[in-house]
Amino acid sequence: MKTPMARRSGLAALAAVTLIGLAACSPPTSTSNSGSTGGVKASSATSAKDLGGMAALVDAAKKEGTLNVIALPPDWANYGAVIAGFEAKYGLKVNSAQPDASSADEITAAKNLKGQSTAPDVFDLGGVVASANTAIFAAYKVATFDDVPATLKDANGLWVNDYGGYMSIGYDAGKVPAPKTVADLLKPAYRGKVALNGDPTKAGAGFSGVVMAALAQGGTADDISKGVAFFKTLKGAGNFLPIDPTPATVESGQTPVVFDWDYLNVAQGAKLKGKMSWKTVIPAGAVVGGYYVQAINKDAPDPAAARLWQEYLYSDEGQNLWLKGGARPVREEAMVKAGTIDQAAYAALPKATGTPVFLTSAQRDKANTYLSANWAKAIG
Amino acid sequence: MGALLGVLPFFAYTTIFLAIPTIIVVVGAFLDGRGHPTLGNLRALAQPQVVSAFVRSTVLSAVTATLGAVFGALLAYAVSTAREGGLLRRLVTSLCGVLAQFGGVTLAFAFVATVGFQGFVTLWLEHLGIDLAGSIWLFEPYKGLILVYTYFQIPLMLIVFLPAVEGLKPQWGEAAESLGGSTWDYWRHVAGPILAPSFIGAMLLLFTNAFSAYATAAALISQGSPIITLLIGGTFSSEVILGQENVGKAMALGMVAIVALVMTIYALLERRATKWLGR
Repeated sequence: MKTPMARRSGLAALAAVTLIGLAACSPPTSTSNSGSTGGVKASSATSAKDLGGMAALVDAAKKEGTLNVIALPPDWANYGAVIAGFEAKYGLKVNSAQPDASSADEITAAKNLKGQSTAPDVFDLGGVVASANTAIFAAYKVATFDDVPATLKDANGLWVNDYGGYMSIGYDAGKVPAPKTVADLLKPAYRGKVALNGDPTKAGAGFSGVVMAALAQGGTADDISKGVAFFKTLKGAGNFLPIDPTPATVESGQTPVVFDWDYLNVAQGAKLKGKMSWKTVIPAGAVVGGYYVQAINKDAPDPAAARLWQEYLYSDEGQNLWLKGGARPVREEAMVKAGTIDQAAYAALPKATGTPVFLTSAQRDKANTYLSANWAKAIG
Repeated sequence: MGALLGVLPFFAYTTIFLAIPTIIVVVGAFLDGRGHPTLGNLRALAQPQVVSAFVRSTVLSAVTATLGAVFGALLAYAVSTAREGGLLRRLVTSLCGVLAQFGGVTLAFAFVATVGFQGFVTLWLEHLGIDLAGSIWLFEPYKGLILVYTYFQIPLMLIVFLPAVEGLKPQWGEAAESLGGSTWDYWRHVAGPILAPSFIGAMLLLFTNAFSAYATAAALISQGSPIITLLIGGTFSSEVILGQENVGKAMALGMVAIVALVMTIYALLERRATKWLGR
């Protein structure tokens, strides 16, 4: 789900097809340790109750001993702390594979490693990839399932939105003037300084950055052409950087202005505190929201641990950890009402003025068609 | 029988890493998302962004192959005039052996660290009052990639072309001279024709070398997928537009076709060069 392009060496085509070739040759070692407790197998349990309650789920997970996660960078939405918290609380070992992989890579890994003990147990996916792959998810409802707004989950618990945020502009206040609007970035002060997190035809963050620019320029969710036109002008002005921004490029000063999710920019600022004044702004009236999706692999090698991980993520503790990383947890509203939200972290979120826009899948398809035909031309 | 046993690991290896992937690419290029046969993927190759990526890749490879071939050949000739087994010769050839393999992310990083926005040369020039900081040339498909690719093309040319230059016998030059030929006549009528097949062959090798490069470009350019290998990579890793893997395979098939054509020409020329040099 993360970086737009996992950094691979070698030939793209060959590497990709070699993977497929290799998978075909790998031995089908099946170690699916389906801990059967309380009459129901963990792999078919749709709630902790099915297994005889939380304690039984914890026991079954401990028996499995490990949890395989994939594509979770430690500095993304505070995942480093989430993993450490889970390990400490339940004594399970978390194997974190390919932290920089994309959502598509997660699905590929699940398919290629099917039946092996190293296959991912759980996914953290972009919405598009998730809705295209529901066939490989297992339905499961966490204890706090009812707290999640109905529009942000599958009714049966096949997938549930986990955390999200708004598109924002992060900038090095020591190097560039504070941008108030998206159009400000066209000024000469930003020459060779503005980067977008990922190619919008490949990465969710880059895509939403273009949508934000479209809204700011008077476009709509139905017509993002003004966003593409904005980047074309930005490129023409010599302000647009075709570099993929990473924490390293920000820290070294190569990418002083970055279009990215607010939680990533906020986390970046917290990390660089004292070294650099990295600030985050959400342009008024151009608020684009996006949530990630949590799902369990139907063929998870550690089915009980996978379900326990979900329980942990949607507990107050898990949700507050994401919040500390600057992400907006999906149970935000319920937790504010119940007073269980981490007040300090909640207050530290960047302010957004305007109604957040979430694209429907029809709008997304339309935008994708436009982007694949026009993006390369606009910034080529 | 013994010989067959000896090459078995090689064939096993190429089957897994070359034959099977190629078959997957070729078959996949003619299947739709549900596994039914289709020509839709090939039709998708006519989209303007795909065509322009193919064109850019071809131009980029041709330019860097030409630059690499010309400068590499001059370097190879210079080296061949040095004393055989001498320090200079050994130094240059082993250095080129290293540099020819210096590619991918490490090479991209070397350029970013040198002439990127915070590169030491950029900062040093800034110190002298020359401002390069706002310039993004290093990250543009033509300017940046041509420079970076040439960096590994020239040494590769030296390695593959030096044996041919060394094959020129001094007697040929002497014979030409004793028959009253000038230096120009020698190069025009003797050395030139002998070296030409090797030269063109080496150039084609450089072309395919640049044509298939991915990691170097991916590390430098992350927007717009301007060259074909990046575009193929995008079809496999995109989390925004799904289900275009088989279009990616069709693009890979297009690359295979171009490379096969180039390699056929290379094989024909190689045969001729071998005959000339009497190796």
